[in-house]
Amino acid sequence: MAETERDLSCSVPRGGGWRPGARWAREGRTREDVQAQIDALPLHQRPPMRELGRRTEAAAHPFRAMPPDKGVPPESVPPESVPLSRWSAVRAPAGPGEGPHPPKSKDVPYPGEGRFFVTGRMTGDVVGRVSEERAPPVRRVSGIPTVTAERVGAQMLVAAACPAARALGIEPGSPLTRARLVVPALRVFPADRAADRADLLALARMAALRWSPAVSLSGDHGAGDHGAGDQGAGDHGLFVELTGTAHLHGGEERWARGAVRVLARLGVEARVAVADTAGAAWALSRHSGRRTLLCPPGAHPEMIAGLPTAALRLEPAHVELLHRLGADSVAHMAALPRKGMARRFGGALLRRLDQAMGAVPEPFRPVDVPEPVRIVQRFAEPVMTAEVIERWLEALTPRFCEALARAGLGVRAVAFAAERVDGSVQAIRVGLSRPSRDPGHLLRLLKRRIAEVAPGWGLDSLGLHAIRVEPLGAEALVPRLAGDALPDLAPLVDVVADRTDGRVWRHVPVESDVPERSVSRTRPLDPPDAGAVPLRADDVRRLDRRKRVHPWDPRWPRPARLLRRPEELLHVIAELPDRAPARFTWRGVTYRVVGSDGPERVGGEWWLRLAETHAVRDYWQVEVGDGQRFWLYRRGDGLRTETGDLRWFLHGLFG
Amino acid sequence: MPSLQTPVRQTIADLREQLRAIQGDGYQRREALPFGIAAIDDRLADGGLRLDALHEVAGGAEGSVPSLADDSCATLFIAGIAARAWGPVLWAVRGHDLFAPGLFQAGLAPERVIYAEAASDAEVMAIMEEGLRHRGLGAVVGEVSRAGLAATRRLQLAAEGGRTAALLLKRAGRNASDPLAVPSAASTRWRVAAAPSRPIRTPGLGRARWRLSLARQRGGESFEHLVEACDATGRLALPARMAARPAATAGSAARDAA
Repeated sequence: MAETERDLSCSVPRGGGWRPGARWAREGRTREDVQAQIDALPLHQRPPMRELGRRTEAAAHPFRAMPPDKGVPPESVPPESVPLSRWSAVRAPAGPGEGPHPPKSKDVPYPGEGRFFVTGRMTGDVVGRVSEERAPPVRRVSGIPTVTAERVGAQMLVAAACPAARALGIEPGSPLTRARLVVPALRVFPADRAADRADLLALARMAALRWSPAVSLSGDHGAGDHGAGDQGAGDHGLFVELTGTAHLHGGEERWARGAVRVLARLGVEARVAVADTAGAAWALSRHSGRRTLLCPPGAHPEMIAGLPTAALRLEPAHVELLHRLGADSVAHMAALPRKGMARRFGGALLRRLDQAMGAVPEPFRPVDVPEPVRIVQRFAEPVMTAEVIERWLEALTPRFCEALARAGLGVRAVAFAAERVDGSVQAIRVGLSRPSRDPGHLLRLLKRRIAEVAPGWGLDSLGLHAIRVEPLGAEALVPRLAGDALPDLAPLVDVVADRTDGRVWRHVPVESDVPERSVSRTRPLDPPDAGAVPLRADDVRRLDRRKRVHPWDPRWPRPARLLRRPEELLHVIAELPDRAPARFTWRGVTYRVVGSDGPERVGGEWWLRLAETHAVRDYWQVEVGDGQRFWLYRRGDGLRTETGDLRWFLHGLFG
Repeated sequence: MPSLQTPVRQTIADLREQLRAIQGDGYQRREALPFGIAAIDDRLADGGLRLDALHEVAGGAEGSVPSLADDSCATLFIAGIAARAWGPVLWAVRGHDLFAPGLFQAGLAPERVIYAEAASDAEVMAIMEEGLRHRGLGAVVGEVSRAGLAATRRLQLAAEGGRTAALLLKRAGRNASDPLAVPSAASTRWRVAAAPSRPIRTPGLGRARWRLSLARQRGGESFEHLVEACDATGRLALPARMAARPAATAGSAARDAA
């Protein structure tokens, strides 16, 4: 219906035709055809609205020059894009200042490479690797183009760009000012390479625990061997050595798909390639454009032959020089005479080629995976009674704490595992509010739970496993050198939390006038201002020297007991609009009010809930004949009906 | 039994004091927490609330079932004591009706209090015992509806030797009865009930008043007093006696003297 109405009111000929002379009206194509063709284009190549509208010609966007198809898989570009060729035609960098800038220092990733994760695992035969575009520090990058930026020399360069930003032509390595011109609403975060590296290391350890014991960072991989200082800091990938472990994960293909899934759950968009050599896997995962790619054994020379020379982990200057020599792909490069290449480029270039082909070995340096701390005691005869379990616990805990001390760790969660003769394992988990390795404290927490162990026909082994650990430095033998220092509250909190299933808390004030929202709970050992955002050094609010106002104003009376749900009062006699009730009935008892204080008007928090926009509560503190004091409120201000229905409630009791 | 132990304990305490005086480390243990009101402190056996002992507080008058308002009076009385104690406070609750801004107005800042929610009275007592044995708390508060002699004696034993005041708030239970009717090992047992406040000349309410009665104390007599409720630092006060009081309140003079 709306369609027909629009057709009637539109100057465009009916039936989806176009205004005569419009660029899209040629050859009798329908609107749907054009739309389908536009949809097939990558985002940044689609014509703007004004091109599809009344204007026959649009000025070329001055800032939209970009290389073709960057960041877009080749197969997604429709072959017949001739009518739109003006949009896909790309000006080559015309002069200095155009196009992505090459980095000026060697520590910067090669432009266009961004930050990758390459997970690979290889030994002679099979190499898998996951390469990924790391999202910026924000977890979820919604449609808003987001980049990270860092200072290189005198200018700010984009270090990494999200897919939305890349679709708009913002490439890693291009100046930030240009990116801001293209997308004024660009979100920019500072790049943090050290944290990226730490994240990558954590991911590598996760991969080592999950998939294969040998995992290395691709930046580290054969670091001594890099003739070229190649991707270095910018190369964010992992190698996973799959040989001999692929069958544990259902074969290489299932492993590759599973790895992408697991990493996606961790917020990492990964690309995986499995190949015979590390170099080939590196090249295929980054340059094949596919999410998972399995290279059949022995087929890697053919598969990487068509890839660009940059896929061989070469120095950017070498890639440029090879380009000038006419060698743009690996096959071209392999066809060049080796002797001359070695003279011109040094041995590193050929070594890279040979490593990818498998002609020379490539050293593999796996990451260290911290061994989890655990102490397990096996018994010749099954253990049956609580006393024996307790005695062994007393013997095991000091050994466990010694192991923790050697590792420099404190335990936040410990599991006491008892294995029965029938093979079933019972685990009792105990959490701690602060990292600790105090044997007395751990023993006290664990002993309470011994009763939960069901020995059945006997226990074969007892063990203590550190589930969550945190670094904990050396501890003073004499805790109270400073005289009358207070004992630490953490052991008490642990014990109480263990008894109450974690229902231990501390109240923190919330800035809200609505009584039930003025309190929230926090963990008992958190500092009072844990959630506060620290001010920056140059923040203007630092100049404010006034004393901080407590969110709970002492001048407004607050009851000692607050009913969880306000209880409605009956038979209330009160004058409108602003008088306290003279009498009321609560829980079947009628009270006569002898004194009152109020009203204290509390308005609805419309900025939290729209339904409260007009809501008003008028609170009174009233004293009844025998001295009891109640906190009552009336819904509504007594003048406007939209503020409330004038019902009375009892909300709290004063002392 | 307690009467036999008390002199022995006193002797040991005296010997400890002598030992400390000989060692001369300057360490002076604060034995009791006074109310700062001579009329009350003079009648307490230790000149205040002993810090290493159990104290019971219940709302309402003698023989009555405490109402919620009486409970609130008892809560604030306890909050005032805990506010004047020296260290952090552990408060074991059964329900969710405690309102921290109200306690803050009695001087108990929220950052000082750790709350723990227990499923039963026995668990409240167990949590209190853990808190008392920790020795790093200024006061431990528990809300129970029933506490037998054995349980309170356990608490009393846990409190001895420390500096943590054990405060037990007895609330009305299912079986509507006087919570202080059951025997207990507490060293003092208090009742707090709301009392009519003095009318003021301006619109509004004056400071709340309580009828505070000490139902039982070890080594002393029971007494009853009309006091004004906790101020912002947790201190009680005696009602001021006006030289020329209005005729309407002349009757309260007799009540004050009671």
